[in-house]
Amino acid sequence: MNQSQHIFGSGVVFAVGVWVAWISYTQAPAEAFLFPRLIASVFVVLAGWTFGKAVLGLSKVGAGISRSLCLNMLPGLAVMLIYVFWAAKALGFYTATAIAFFILLSLYDPAPHSETRTWVKRALITACFVAVMYGLFALLLSVYTPREILF
Amino acid sequence: MDFIFYFGDVFSPLSFLLLLGGTVGGLILGATPGLSPTMAVALLIPFTFHLEAVQGLILLGAAYTSTVAGGAVSAILLKIPGAPANIATTLDGHQMAKQGQGAKALQLSFLASAVGGIFGVLLLIFLTPLLAEWALAFGPSHLFWLAILGVTVIGSLDSASVVKGLLSGCIGLWLATIGFDDIMGAQRFIFHPSLGGGINIIAALIGLFAIPQVLTMFAKGRRSAGAEVIEVQKHSVLDATRELLRRPLALGIGTITGSIIGLIPGVGGQIAGLVAYDQTKKFSSEKEKFGKGHSEGVIAAEAANNAMVGPSLVPLLTLSIPGSPTAAVLLGGLLIHGIFPGSDLFDNHPDVAWTFINSMLVGQVLMCLFGLYVAGLAARVAQVPQSVMAAIVLALSVFGAYSVQSSMGDVYVMACLGIGMYFLERFGFSAAPLVLGLILGPIAESNFIQGGMIADATIGKASYFLSGGLNIFLISVVVASIAYSGWMELRSRRYTTKEEAQA
Repeated sequence: MNQSQHIFGSGVVFAVGVWVAWISYTQAPAEAFLFPRLIASVFVVLAGWTFGKAVLGLSKVGAGISRSLCLNMLPGLAVMLIYVFWAAKALGFYTATAIAFFILLSLYDPAPHSETRTWVKRALITACFVAVMYGLFALLLSVYTPREILF
Repeated sequence: MDFIFYFGDVFSPLSFLLLLGGTVGGLILGATPGLSPTMAVALLIPFTFHLEAVQGLILLGAAYTSTVAGGAVSAILLKIPGAPANIATTLDGHQMAKQGQGAKALQLSFLASAVGGIFGVLLLIFLTPLLAEWALAFGPSHLFWLAILGVTVIGSLDSASVVKGLLSGCIGLWLATIGFDDIMGAQRFIFHPSLGGGINIIAALIGLFAIPQVLTMFAKGRRSAGAEVIEVQKHSVLDATRELLRRPLALGIGTITGSIIGLIPGVGGQIAGLVAYDQTKKFSSEKEKFGKGHSEGVIAAEAANNAMVGPSLVPLLTLSIPGSPTAAVLLGGLLIHGIFPGSDLFDNHPDVAWTFINSMLVGQVLMCLFGLYVAGLAARVAQVPQSVMAAIVLALSVFGAYSVQSSMGDVYVMACLGIGMYFLERFGFSAAPLVLGLILGPIAESNFIQGGMIADATIGKASYFLSGGLNIFLISVVVASIAYSGWMELRSRRYTTKEEAQA
């Protein structure tokens, strides 16, 4: 992992540490922030140490994020974010799960995309999985989940 | 001998059914590369909400036991350890499979796992009441230091970098303070309505353990298909049993090493397996066969990683300090059912505690029986492409996090923590100390406040928290674990630098 990645990663953690410490020492009532102050102090010291090591080029631990890893992950991450933060509530859990599941399978399945057989297989796996989820959560555990479109 | 009175409860129809389900499911989950025991148990917690506390724990305990053993299937047949605890098993197990002895290796691994596991649970049965009695003497200052000890030991021993491990623990402790404080009712770090009730521990556990795994599978791209499985020929279980009995050294070293290592918080099955393997090799008369498909290697590693399961729960059940990340998830399972482990667990909930422990004993036997017969099926499951696995785990995580309190806020928290943890892991931070900080944070804070009040009325804060034999002992262990890990890190870095220079 290159030095700039180390600096960026530990810099973000250090910034969070400073923010936590600032809130802990400035917010009232002081009694409620007694324990957070204790943690924040240690947090800032350790984060500062890590950041300092990264700036000096002494950080060795961590594989970092390569360009290819990012490119591979991004489509899946995007589907995941849409599924979790919008689709699950807006479309209903089961509809959103079916769509997200099918897209993820299509994106990452190593089987060829040019064959009808593989698409049928993906659709069948999706249908079976959503049926199992419905059976488990709606029927067996009686968990109510948002249902907007279809079910 | 209290445990005998509650033995019958394990065999009530629903409990036994859950034990069976947890065992078979755990074997299959364990055999699936990418699904660690910790993640499997975290994903199972939502399924326990509708169960009685004891039944929920039976399911989780069975899954814990059998996922560790199930990991041997992919270690032997695919050379991919199902969990870090199975790393040592790959060394000889896969070689045996390549030589056409896959079935024998699997049978030996399940038999050795059962022997090690039963010994470990017996240790749990006999050690827990003794420690629980000792823990009765603990006051708020001791409990505060114990909570800090739990975070620092895991933080320093479980991470490649001591500072980053401790920093992960600090992040966890900070996350635990989000929400309203118990004494003044003041808001702390609430910048989104989803955080009003604080961070739900189960949603956090699912996010921290499952989502980074999903993203790791995405990051592998389209090449992440299921691996090729070596065909398993038939082999007599009786012959495997005879072979196991002919190797008492490997079985004994594996079992004892695993049990001792299990008692040390934070060390884990990975170290247990590797240390047992190494020690067996040192004492064996057939040293040269190790690494080339020697049955002693499989026996020692598998006996050790299952022997550590029982003892790893001793600090959890007696002192509320989880000995391993999976034990931390089990603590989450206990808390969600309103059961707080510690010195009075065996007085207030003896039925829950003993039935759970007994179920782990029966679970070891079931694991062995099923393992011997469903290993072939579990190996087929290991072939499931990772694209399917990633999608399944993501959907299960969303449903699981939502079902905790029927709140989308928990789903958002789960996703944010999971994505954040993935990036933190890429920069050398680890999930286990963060989770322990999150779980032990409220224990540390409540005892810190309580201790502070007592101290103000008596001898002053500094004296109350820093004096007394037990306080000094606990502080010394905190300092020693950090110093030891720091020294080990420094030594391995020097060794790497020296090797690089020589190369």
